[in-house]
Amino acid sequence: MQISARRHDSTTIFDVSGDIDFANSREVRQSVLREVCEGRTSRVVVNLSQVRYIDSSGVASLIEGLKASRDLGSRFILIGLSTSAREVLQLSRLIKVFEIYDNEEQALAS
Amino acid sequence: MLELYSNPRLLSVVRGAVERLTETLGFPAAQCRSITRAVDEAVSNVVRHAYGNRPDQPIAMYFRRAQRGRQGEIEHGLEILLCDRGPAVDVGKLQGRPLEEIRPGGLGLHFIRQAMDTVEFTRKGPTNRLRLVKYLARASSNGR
Repeated sequence: MQISARRHDSTTIFDVSGDIDFANSREVRQSVLREVCEGRTSRVVVNLSQVRYIDSSGVASLIEGLKASRDLGSRFILIGLSTSAREVLQLSRLIKVFEIYDNEEQALAS
Repeated sequence: MLELYSNPRLLSVVRGAVERLTETLGFPAAQCRSITRAVDEAVSNVVRHAYGNRPDQPIAMYFRRAQRGRQGEIEHGLEILLCDRGPAVDVGKLQGRPLEEIRPGGLGLHFIRQAMDTVEFTRKGPTNRLRLVKYLARASSNGR
């Protein structure tokens, strides 16, 4: 799994690739929470288009990012969900809890 | 049979093996994903809870074809037995969290139960055993 961050105006975009599982979800959590909690940007976008698999610990990391964002008044957006990632969010009844767009353009225009 | 250590880095190996196996056995794509997810979550639970994240503890996985008769028809499937040598599991504590709660944690068991037809925890001697079974769509029992 690899995660990198880039800026677009007032938005931080995390590009994640590979599988997010128990071996590496902590890294996702730490990266996202650091960005959210330091309040560098008003909107955090997590690009999951290159993520084929995400487990419950990965979902937990995303929930933590969402909660921290809400607490600090910023937005937390997911884009590019794979079939597997979408299934996991549906199974956990979180699909409507997250703000989700198909791609980066839609997220930035929102 | 698959023997491995409780190193989280091996989860991707487990997923790869289960995904190929379920595809070979003819499970639909969505079930291949859900079974793979269930096994991944089960092994993650062993690493976290049975072994306290120690990466060098033994895990054994046994795979075999399963079969059951139902309403005059035979269902074929896959049985997976996951064994660890951690402390005895308190089955009463094996509860996923209510899905209405939006908080981290507690989803793994939900994914396992959602995916599998049978989820059984037992303790045999020093071994925790988790038995998972998933059946394919029915085939006729009269040889057709």
